Amino acid sequence: MSLAEERQRKTSARNGWLLSAPALILLTLAASGPLLVVLVYSFLEKGQYGNVLWDFSTDGWTGILFSRDIFDDTLKLADAHLTIFWRSVKLSFLTTIITFLLGFPTAWFIATRTPAHRAIWLFLITIPFWTNLLIRTFAIGEILRSEGLINTALIRLGIIDQPIQMLYNDGAVLVGMAYVYLPLMVLPLYSAIERFDMRLLEAGYDLFASRMQVLRHIILPIVKPGIIAGSILVFVPSLGAYVTPRILGGGKNMMIGNFIELQFGQGRNWPLGAALSMTLLVVVTVALLFYVRTLGKGGSGGGHG
Amino acid sequence: MAKPGFTVAHLPGFATIAVGVFVCLYLPIITLVVYSFNGGSSIAVWQEFSFRWYSVAWGNEAVKDATVRSLVIALSASAIATVLATFAALGTTRRAPYRGQTFIYVMINQPLMVPEIVTAVALLIIFASIKVATGYHGLGYLIAAHSAFCIPFAYLPIRARLEGMDTVMETAAADLYASAWQTFRYVTLPLLAPGIAAGAMLAFVISLDDVVITEFVKSGGQDTLPTYMLGQLRRAVTPEVNAISSALLALTVALLTAFFLLTRKRD
Repeated sequence: MSLAEERQRKTSARNGWLLSAPALILLTLAASGPLLVVLVYSFLEKGQYGNVLWDFSTDGWTGILFSRDIFDDTLKLADAHLTIFWRSVKLSFLTTIITFLLGFPTAWFIATRTPAHRAIWLFLITIPFWTNLLIRTFAIGEILRSEGLINTALIRLGIIDQPIQMLYNDGAVLVGMAYVYLPLMVLPLYSAIERFDMRLLEAGYDLFASRMQVLRHIILPIVKPGIIAGSILVFVPSLGAYVTPRILGGGKNMMIGNFIELQFGQGRNWPLGAALSMTLLVVVTVALLFYVRTLGKGGSGGGHG
Repeated sequence: MAKPGFTVAHLPGFATIAVGVFVCLYLPIITLVVYSFNGGSSIAVWQEFSFRWYSVAWGNEAVKDATVRSLVIALSASAIATVLATFAALGTTRRAPYRGQTFIYVMINQPLMVPEIVTAVALLIIFASIKVATGYHGLGYLIAAHSAFCIPFAYLPIRARLEGMDTVMETAAADLYASAWQTFRYVTLPLLAPGIAAGAMLAFVISLDDVVITEFVKSGGQDTLPTYMLGQLRRAVTPEVNAISSALLALTVALLTAFFLLTRKRD
């Protein structure tokens, strides 16, 4: 490399940094930097009326799994916390499975339309994707309400005479999350299926494979990167969900996101809230790293996001 | 020989499920919009067509305040985010790979990866201290937070547009003695404009829709439209919420349609 080229390269790199700097500064101040503060807060003593006292303490972290007995000060496993973690993981997992079972046929259906129709179906999936999550949660909640569409219809038809309580339980949260996160599953699946070579199916059928065999041994293995992408894109926001469980779960059926909020509100335990946030962040980061690695290895599939 | 009508891509039941999914996806939204025009106070029993709840929402001072606040924040945040994202996109595309580029990508996309509730809590902690220290309780915090998480949404379409542009035009301009600024102003910027507009729209929609971060960062009396609605949902719901939602929905769909027209591939 000549000296001039070398210099040009350096200028280009310096300009790259300079141009990116304003965005990086804002992101450091109002997105990344504050995360470090959360880490610091998780190691402080809780203040009596919220906030923190500046004394080192690991109570925030032990508080995730254990609670201190108010009478004899012994640590015991906090069952209530474990219930919330278990509910979060269980509901996120079930949401991922449901969205896959419904999303795969949907993505397949879209990908096998003619190109002109495909764009329309894709647009129809994209609109809910960009629509306010709160509005979508509210919309599905209205359907499930005691005075909502399903109950009203059932009562009018004379099938039931008392409305069924469908809201404010785990089931409602599950239905709501599957509803709001479905497009996140369909889009990466679609981009994987779209690239799928349909001639492979002909080959499979020529070799007397049944439909089930074709699905299991040809389609699923090839679109696997899309499946992983979709699953992680659904699982990650489900785990951190706040709005949907708050509206559809009522006060009692909390998920981790609501539990974190509680610590900064009535719970007045900021260090515990900070430690919970860090835990959630680590779990999500591990999932995303797994996602990046799979995409790096697998090559195709899941171009979305 | 295959049965007549046998197509390889056909999988039994898939089309039925897909159509069912689309119906389920839209039925709640359509119901929501339909009942916003209900003359009665029920969200499930239809009485008569009326704009009653739109005029109720329109006459509601709290809704008016929240709408103005939402628009002020979304406009400021999307403007700031778009300008910063444009610079960042120019700094990270069409140049030889340099050290730290991956770091810049990760930083810019970070808001897409961190759960919103975690960012919300982080900002609550840091802004609470700043509020105490400075005594300033204005909209600045919300605008700063929104600008930050809007950056990746503005950045992605702008970067995509830039990557599809080669440097031939710019080189030609430079050959004709255009200064660096003239080249940027009269060549790069006009070519990049659709990407910038698309990025600004996405940023605007994202800011307008935000609930979680706003809920944690806002000071007293700083409700935006979504946080106002979140508060309302705790009470008995009237079609007023439907009316607000429908209006917001219409705005989002309009912007998205514009976005797709802007980014659509030209033949």
